[in-house]
Amino acid sequence: MATRSLTRATPYAALLPMAVVAVLGYLGAGLWTFYLSLTASRTFPSAHVIGLAQYHRLFDNERWMLSLHNLAAYGALFVLASLVIGALLAVFIDQNVTGEGVLRTVFLYPYAMSFVATGLVWQWLLSPGDGIDSAIRALGFDGFRFDWIVSQDHVIYTVVIATVWQASGLVMALMLAGLRGVDPEIWKAARLDGIPAWRVYAQIVLPMLWPTVATVLLLLGTAVAKLYDAVVAMTQGGPGIASEVPAKFIMDHLFLRSNVGLASAGAVVLLVPVLALLAPYAYARSRKEAA
Amino acid sequence: MVGTRRWLLGVCLCAWAAAHAGPRAEVIHWWTSGGESAAVKQVEQAYRAAGGTWVDTAIAGGDQARAVTINRIIGGNPPTAAQFNTSKQFLDIIEEDMLNPVDDIARRDHWDAVLPAPIVDVIKVRGHWYAVPINIHMQTWIWYSTSAFAKAGIAREPASMDELFADLDKLKSAGLIPLAHGGQAWQEILLFSMVLSNLGGRDLYLKVIRDRDQAAIHSEAFRKVLVAFKRLQGYVDPAAPGRNWNDATALVIGGKAGMQIMGDWAKGEFIAAGQTPGRQFGCLPGLGKDSPYLIQGDVFVFPKTDDAATLRAQKLLADVVERPAVQLAFNKLKGSIPVRLDADDSQFDACARKGMAILRDPRRPVGVAEVYLTPDQNGALQDLLTAFWNTNMPVERAQNSIASALRY
Repeated sequence: MATRSLTRATPYAALLPMAVVAVLGYLGAGLWTFYLSLTASRTFPSAHVIGLAQYHRLFDNERWMLSLHNLAAYGALFVLASLVIGALLAVFIDQNVTGEGVLRTVFLYPYAMSFVATGLVWQWLLSPGDGIDSAIRALGFDGFRFDWIVSQDHVIYTVVIATVWQASGLVMALMLAGLRGVDPEIWKAARLDGIPAWRVYAQIVLPMLWPTVATVLLLLGTAVAKLYDAVVAMTQGGPGIASEVPAKFIMDHLFLRSNVGLASAGAVVLLVPVLALLAPYAYARSRKEAA
Repeated sequence: MVGTRRWLLGVCLCAWAAAHAGPRAEVIHWWTSGGESAAVKQVEQAYRAAGGTWVDTAIAGGDQARAVTINRIIGGNPPTAAQFNTSKQFLDIIEEDMLNPVDDIARRDHWDAVLPAPIVDVIKVRGHWYAVPINIHMQTWIWYSTSAFAKAGIAREPASMDELFADLDKLKSAGLIPLAHGGQAWQEILLFSMVLSNLGGRDLYLKVIRDRDQAAIHSEAFRKVLVAFKRLQGYVDPAAPGRNWNDATALVIGGKAGMQIMGDWAKGEFIAAGQTPGRQFGCLPGLGKDSPYLIQGDVFVFPKTDDAATLRAQKLLADVVERPAVQLAFNKLKGSIPVRLDADDSQFDACARKGMAILRDPRRPVGVAEVYLTPDQNGALQDLLTAFWNTNMPVERAQNSIASALRY
């Protein structure tokens, strides 16, 4: 009897450190941040509660509003492009191409690089007068101009380019693992029926990979919300404030601008879309488990 | 037996060393570039000569260094002394009662009389002195290339904003880059401060930046300042966005650009290129002879402690930093000027001597934006100015946005 209850307690004991970290580190810090966002904290946390004034100030701030706008545009493009490119790469490698190992490594390699290194490399590549701009002109296209990184309206797309380059390799790896898990019998059956390969992918195999896609979306979604280092390395939020993002606003106000209260309000606002993304996923999972 | 004796001897030596070691100061600062570290070495040597031990904690980047200082103060393991800019950066730490005042040295050396008023306003809070200033930087010098001026046919230095624009036009028609600029937010607020203080004048500058006076921000005079600031953008080359300040200075040094508006640290670049003030380049502290002189600088603060040895180390450092000889040695290498109005200027170059003379006129020195604004107000202003500079934002909207940003 005692042995049995011990056996049953063991997994819980093993989970305990993680549970403590999750409760204190994430939940506790989250609640503490929410509390600070209601105070007049400046360099130091303060107990002077001022209600929603920080939120009012936050949404009166042009840079914050532009940051949110940038994040929405960036998020939509980044998730879509990474997903499409990653899936196409996975399908391509799934055709049993020669040198698969080499290609897989090549495609996954960017993911091994830090965002800062990625950002710097792409800053050089995209800088007008150098990199891509001058390389294409050297090929004879004299009128070619590629100056998105110094353009107010296009700079955020350069961040999309750099981060998609980095993230699509990971999407490929996950999707490829999913494709390899598909029952070969399905392929045999489809071949017998004479269905073209692209239709098998589009209508049978990819829908079967829905759990993999959900995982990929979750990973990409969190990457969007925490976008910071790539922007710092590539544009530092510029030109002007054209490529500012919410995480950078929060970090700047937390440290350089000594306004813990406003930074906390920003962090809480940033948590809302993350929860909005996460909630349907968690709900679907719990329903599936219940069924 | 021999081992024990040796061990005892060791203990004795250590105890002797501890009893006889002078004050030991761990100092956090961000003077890491060549000229800066040579300058801080002068303070270190003076501190050693006065019997102290200097433990150097240099951290590259002011933001990082200040974050480390604040984290260590909160964590209960503060350094003996730490660098801040002469600004409101350390006001919150004073309010939390986490700094030791240095009132006795301030009184002994008559800081009220020998330091410029904008510096006193920052370091003296409710009658107590909380920081030891070490230098003064003037942020909005106009540096110009004499060869570019000659090529464009400019005979004398501009003395008003209109003359400045006329000269910029001449430089443009001579095929030169009229204004060398680095398109980074802090350089844009610097340019704006120059226009606000020179075109708007001292009163408008103080009303907007110090008093955050809504009526002054909505005034026609301030609108004119914004228009003139934006007009300067027409004289900047297209490759300016993101450029570092020293690369912009290099354009003036090479005679490719006519002028640059930058702090006195730019002088080091001209000197390093073998140029002499008054010969290959000129330095102009402002437009007209009564122009406001925008100053800032660096200070040391002393985190609170009850430890007698640390207190002694803090006192000694405060004393050493303010000695005229240390002020001279440090500032000559740093490119800044001494904080003491009674400092001997004979050893400085022509530009620094101009600055020191202006500083003695109490009507001219005013603080830069950071002296009056909290870091987040200053940051919000910087965000708006850089957006205004870089986009087609209408001037009325910029005016309203600045007014609402400075309301908080």
